[in-house]
Amino acid sequence: MNKKVALAIDKYGADTGQLISILQDIQAELYYLPKEALVQVSAAMGIPLSQVYSVATFFRAFSLKPRGKHLINVCLGTACHVRGASKVLEQMERSLAVSPGDTTADARFTLETVNCMGCCALGPVVNVDGEYFGQMNAGKVNSLLAKF
Amino acid sequence: MVAKLKSKQDLEKLKKEIAAKREMEKPLIMACNGTGCHASGCVAVTAAFREEIGKRGLADKVDIKASGCHGFCEQGPVVVIQPGDIFYHQVKADDVPQIVDETVIKGSVIDRLLYVDPATGKKYVHPSEVPFYQRQRRIVFGNNGKISPDNIEDYIALGGYSALAKVLFDKSPQQVIEEIKKSGLRGRGGAGFPAGRKWESCRNAPGEPKYVIANCDEGDPGVYANRSLLEGNPHSVLEGLIICAYAVGSHQGYIYVRNEYPLAVKNAGIAIKQAEQMGLLGRNILGSGFDFKITINRGGGAFVCGESSALMASLEGKVGEPRAKYIHTVEKGLWDKPSNLNNVETLANVPLIINNGADWFRAVGTEGSKGTKIFSLVGKVNNSGLAEVPMGMTLREVIYGIGGGIKNGKKFKGVQTGGPSGGVIPESMLDMPVDFDELTKAGSMMGSGGMIVMDEDTCMVDTARYFLSFLEEESCGKCVPCREGIKRMRQILNDITEGKGEERDIELLERISAVLGDASLCALGMTAANPVLTTLRYFRDEYEAHIREKRCPAGVCKALLQYYIIDEKCVGCRLCEKACPVEAITFKGKKKPVVLDQEKCIKCGICKDVCNLEAVGVKPR
Amino acid sequence: MITIDIDGRELKAKKGQTVLEVARESGIYIPTLCYHESLAPYGACRLCVVEVFHGSRSRLVASCLYPVEEGLKVVTASPRVKDNRRVIMELLLARCSENEVVRKLASEMGVEQPPFKTEYLENEDCILCGLCARACEQIVERSAISLVNRGVKRELATPFREPSAACIGCGSCAYICPTGAIKMEDKDGIRVVYARNWKTEFKLKKCKVCGSYWAPEAQLEYIRKKVNLPQGFFDVCLNCRK
Repeated sequence: MNKKVALAIDKYGADTGQLISILQDIQAELYYLPKEALVQVSAAMGIPLSQVYSVATFFRAFSLKPRGKHLINVCLGTACHVRGASKVLEQMERSLAVSPGDTTADARFTLETVNCMGCCALGPVVNVDGEYFGQMNAGKVNSLLAKF
Repeated sequence: MVAKLKSKQDLEKLKKEIAAKREMEKPLIMACNGTGCHASGCVAVTAAFREEIGKRGLADKVDIKASGCHGFCEQGPVVVIQPGDIFYHQVKADDVPQIVDETVIKGSVIDRLLYVDPATGKKYVHPSEVPFYQRQRRIVFGNNGKISPDNIEDYIALGGYSALAKVLFDKSPQQVIEEIKKSGLRGRGGAGFPAGRKWESCRNAPGEPKYVIANCDEGDPGVYANRSLLEGNPHSVLEGLIICAYAVGSHQGYIYVRNEYPLAVKNAGIAIKQAEQMGLLGRNILGSGFDFKITINRGGGAFVCGESSALMASLEGKVGEPRAKYIHTVEKGLWDKPSNLNNVETLANVPLIINNGADWFRAVGTEGSKGTKIFSLVGKVNNSGLAEVPMGMTLREVIYGIGGGIKNGKKFKGVQTGGPSGGVIPESMLDMPVDFDELTKAGSMMGSGGMIVMDEDTCMVDTARYFLSFLEEESCGKCVPCREGIKRMRQILNDITEGKGEERDIELLERISAVLGDASLCALGMTAANPVLTTLRYFRDEYEAHIREKRCPAGVCKALLQYYIIDEKCVGCRLCEKACPVEAITFKGKKKPVVLDQEKCIKCGICKDVCNLEAVGVKPR
Repeated sequence: MITIDIDGRELKAKKGQTVLEVARESGIYIPTLCYHESLAPYGACRLCVVEVFHGSRSRLVASCLYPVEEGLKVVTASPRVKDNRRVIMELLLARCSENEVVRKLASEMGVEQPPFKTEYLENEDCILCGLCARACEQIVERSAISLVNRGVKRELATPFREPSAACIGCGSCAYICPTGAIKMEDKDGIRVVYARNWKTEFKLKKCKVCGSYWAPEAQLEYIRKKVNLPQGFFDVCLNCRK
């Protein structure tokens, strides 16, 4: 892990202004931000650990908990909302028995919400591992989950 | 490997060379590859075209381009075939062999793939005739359909970077600022501040170095115009940013892109590399002696980072907390240096103004709002997509003339503009011209261009609650009015939608709204009450129905309704029984097909979703 | 020197000063919660808002941050300002409904009960003024604690909610906290600095002469290294040095 973190830091020349980009690269590699990674970033870049931790907890893109195998993003943008996105989310919560931000007990799925993915014409939209599923409704949730 | 362009003449020469290379009669398949079309399957379609053309040995006779977003997202995947300007919609990979056979090779039109206007039933062949496009004025967005965002030559062929050449060799920075001031260009990201004045203040502010920033943080949910612009025509933004840098006196620029836009990040990165390779970015641009480099920074998933001081804080590696702007960011911004921040759409207008002149730009629009604006027309509207219209067009013309009216023949109720900082505009005001000041007068705002159409099935109280939930999550949490005030308002609205509203709630909402507007630290807090205030202003009766009668007129607020089986329509297929997550529906035999147990029902709505006979109804409790 | 008008009084001010600084110099009272003269102003509590006038138009600004300019007209307690402060206190009281300091301040402003349903009232002590984190960063220069999470989930915490490796136990955070959300206790040779959701413990240094425990070892070591003093410099407490 140390090497991957060091690579991410070096890619941006250890520039403190690029802290967020560096954390994003680390998360893309490790699927979340482990404590050791943040400690390493703090030491290597001379940024107080408390500041690194504040940044890691402020931005939604970052997860300090390991994520599941599949990342489910339910769009809650306004256009999807008026087309019934909240019902889709509620069914997801029921079927997976988790709340947004959490991972299922078997570590298969992590459920997140996002405020607009920008494909509003297809709303309500759910994105799983980068793949988009449009015109969702609560009734289609279980068959979607079964695909994974 | 292209040699670097070292002069204005080099650029001109290159443009001519590209034009000569491109045979005008060569068939071209333009497949839209915007994110919207990605979601409806364009990747498979584009791959199918490449495969089919390859199979037939036509690879050097037919061009295939993956273009940026065409804007007509409701009809994606979209494909346009040249020659002939033939517009196909909802294309699937299976359609590709037929398209290649009949349209590309034989030049005939496939009827079933043509767009049909749902209102009139008429079919259209050419995009320019399609009502959605006809009334638009696509000076900024139109090129999306003509270029591949990962090919700089496409942009140059259309005259790209000629504005930059003009500026670097024929104009002084002050002259550029004067031109932009004269054009009346106002910021397209939210506040609508005059761009020329901002550039001038930044130029005059003491301090070095200066920074210029392109804001593509587009956080308003339901709006994706900036995304499609940066994704589909990144060079238009680059060119605008470089001109801005020259005018202001900056040599380091940033493009701040929302984390949720990976394709925009990728395409902007490719564009920067290609521009650098050609000497249009970096050291000694076009041999003019002007140096400028651009770095792309991604957002971290925070709506508040669309606010300029929060954005700059995150560019410094800190949390996205805004600061008071009594001293403007043009004087003390990024790293406390003079910084000019503009929205990407604002910047994309700049090359057009330089090339065509301020007077040309002023000829379109209203007195206070010149030029065009790209709107994200979404929600309960027939033609969802991105529409660029001249300022001054009425909301009615946009929603009905371009949007094709309300989906499924329902009744229009309101249009939400300006995102969470804006408000809902009712039917009585539909003849309002699209204009910064008019929208603000109505209690809403232009914002970044969201137009979310709502119909009779949308509850305005629920809409206000939705926006407050959104803002509660996105508030940075620094100041008391925003962090605590929005939370309390959301709690009150929650209660109202659950039938627990009280008479004094409206007054309490108004009191907190006043403090949000007066005492918040930043614009997020200051405008947070707008959705509540406008819905109270124009739809007070809905609030009163929820509070006094415990009734949701639109049939949305779960706690105030019940689902029921319409016996006459039910045939006992038992689809609902199978789908019900809490086993609230049971099959009782032939006489009464299915029974819904109200005690067990959680109002998830799945039974209604799965029933093919509309035998599930919703009514007030 | 420039001249400004606060509440009808003509006052002299220096360029670069804030309205709050000038007001305090002249004994004009403006309530604050997140302000401290040794720290850069933060502008988070919004209690210090005042009304500033430009011609007939006016707006509310945070006086701790607003820079003075020639001819500025300020009203520190107009009805509009008072209304705002009252609602801000109601919001704070709803969050810290049982904190003595907040209740007292609210009472002074005429706020006895927050106008929200009892079931939604909270019982926090921390008002998220950030004074502790800012003092730790700007004065002590250790940045041992910070404001974590965002929005309504915001809280003051140590990294990973574990005892902070950067903390030296100086207790500045406990001293500066206006509501008593951070406390400090020295007992039996151990200092505990703690809040609701974190705590740190430090061994106190025992004086070689009198045997009393007088300051955390970590703090003394930090100062010794920073100012380049010899080993054992702090083995004798300040009382015994005389």
